Amino acid sequence: MIRFSGVHKWFRKLHVLNDVNLHVHQGEVVVVCGPSGSGKSTLIRTINQLEPIDRGSLIVDGMDLSDRKTDINKLRAEIGFVFQQFNLYPHLSVLKNITLAPIKVRNIPKKEAEETATSLLERVGLVEKRDAYPAQLSGGQQQRVAIARSLAMKPKIMLFDEPTSALDPEMIGEVLQVMQDLAKTGMTMVVVTHEMGFASEVAHRIAFIDNGIILEEAKPADFFKNPQHERAQQFLKQVLSPMH
Amino acid sequence: MFNYQFDWAIVTSGKYFDWIVSGTITTIQISAVSIVLAFLLGLVVAVMRMSGFTPSRWAALVFLEFTRNTPLLVQIFFWYFGSYKILPTVVNDWLGTLNFEFAAGVIALTIYTSAFIAEDIRSGIRSIPKEQMEAARSAGFSYLRSMQYIILPQAIRIIIPPLINQFLNLTKNSSLAMTIGVAELTYQARQVESYTFKGYEAFTAATLVYLAMSLVIAIAVNFYNKYVLTPVRGR
Ligand SMILES: Nc1ncnc2c1ncn2[C@@H]1O[C@H](COP(=O)(O)OP(=O)(O)O)[C@@H](O)[C@H]1O
Ligand SMILES: [Mg+2]
Repeated sequence: MIRFSGVHKWFRKLHVLNDVNLHVHQGEVVVVCGPSGSGKSTLIRTINQLEPIDRGSLIVDGMDLSDRKTDINKLRAEIGFVFQQFNLYPHLSVLKNITLAPIKVRNIPKKEAEETATSLLERVGLVEKRDAYPAQLSGGQQQRVAIARSLAMKPKIMLFDEPTSALDPEMIGEVLQVMQDLAKTGMTMVVVTHEMGFASEVAHRIAFIDNGIILEEAKPADFFKNPQHERAQQFLKQVLSPMH
Repeated sequence: MFNYQFDWAIVTSGKYFDWIVSGTITTIQISAVSIVLAFLLGLVVAVMRMSGFTPSRWAALVFLEFTRNTPLLVQIFFWYFGSYKILPTVVNDWLGTLNFEFAAGVIALTIYTSAFIAEDIRSGIRSIPKEQMEAARSAGFSYLRSMQYIILPQAIRIIIPPLINQFLNLTKNSSLAMTIGVAELTYQARQVESYTFKGYEAFTAATLVYLAMSLVIAIAVNFYNKYVLTPVRGR
């Protein structure tokens, strides 16, 4: 479904992605973790070409991202992206946030889009907020709306870039629950997160990235029990410490 | 000065009153047409200026530098005297069937004002966090569609105050069109003066009319901003 082969990317002189090779199969949940500034966001953002790659090849849903003929808007419509800061449209109600792209990009009739939106809001437990504006919602609620907004496009892949990092601790659970439910439906997911509980329960594989290099790629059980790389050991010690 | 006989009747009724009214109508017409066109052109230039396509950015930049750094009066003369030489014949023929002075005035005012409007629109757009564009693009919207549905509706609230200013400037600047013979308000006030030597009354009347028009524009746009655009709560 997603295949990185020898992908490199630079920000000027900074080598942010260094020979990345990663294969995500259909229905798989892959968690990407690593220290801050290691290139996690850049990695996940290349998948829907918010960041273009400089070298190597990246195939997503059968489309080659370095091919100029690839219709990037069409590909993006198939990929949901959930941001750390939610990025809901502040001038639109919750319902309109969810129905805008289905109506304007997918040309789905308004009534049908609203029905889908309502059932998605039920799924994330926020039907009563359909007419509210984003600024009236808590962070956790906004993030659940953002997930519903992505799902309304009936995507083939869902990408999450630290979806709970901007949330107060008591709201993290509600968002992770929605993501866990989603994983059970067989959605292909790439999740950047430091939530190791979620990773161990939901992920099929974990990729550990440091300095733009994927140092380790393993099943959660193996990764947590005996991380191979010293940097991974340090990282795990940090995120798993009780103080955290 | 002390034994000057004020004669307000001259501008409140009769033939000269009609001239002032006709000048007011022409001012409103030239301003209204130019405002709409300047807004549309300004929008196009702003989007070109911000696009990822380098030639369109450069074209917009050249346009902005030229129009903002030359006097409006020169631009009015340029279009009035020069358009026969640079515009295609079809366009000139069509302009000829309209009122040519009026058309040249509209072109100059539109182009001149659009440059300022473009910069106001651009800074309004830039004040919207770039994540909004990313969210829109991630959903599969093209750049222009993202602008249309997500960025501009948010930016418009920020753009409106400076835009009112540009609209007011344009209305006032339209008085320069008298120099190419557009019979707008200042032109007519001048006519009244030369026929009656009552310049004080004539220009007082013109001043009051300009003031009234400015107030109406300001109030109307504020009203629109406050009640018609759904307010963004919070933020
Ligand atoms: N647009 C950008 N321009 C220049 N440098 C960037 C840009 N985005 C990220 N970086 C740098 O690239 C490195 C990786 O960033 P990022 O992928 O955001 O890391 P992470 O998500 O793992 O914290 C960081 O050093 C960051 O400062
Ligand atoms: Mg990041």
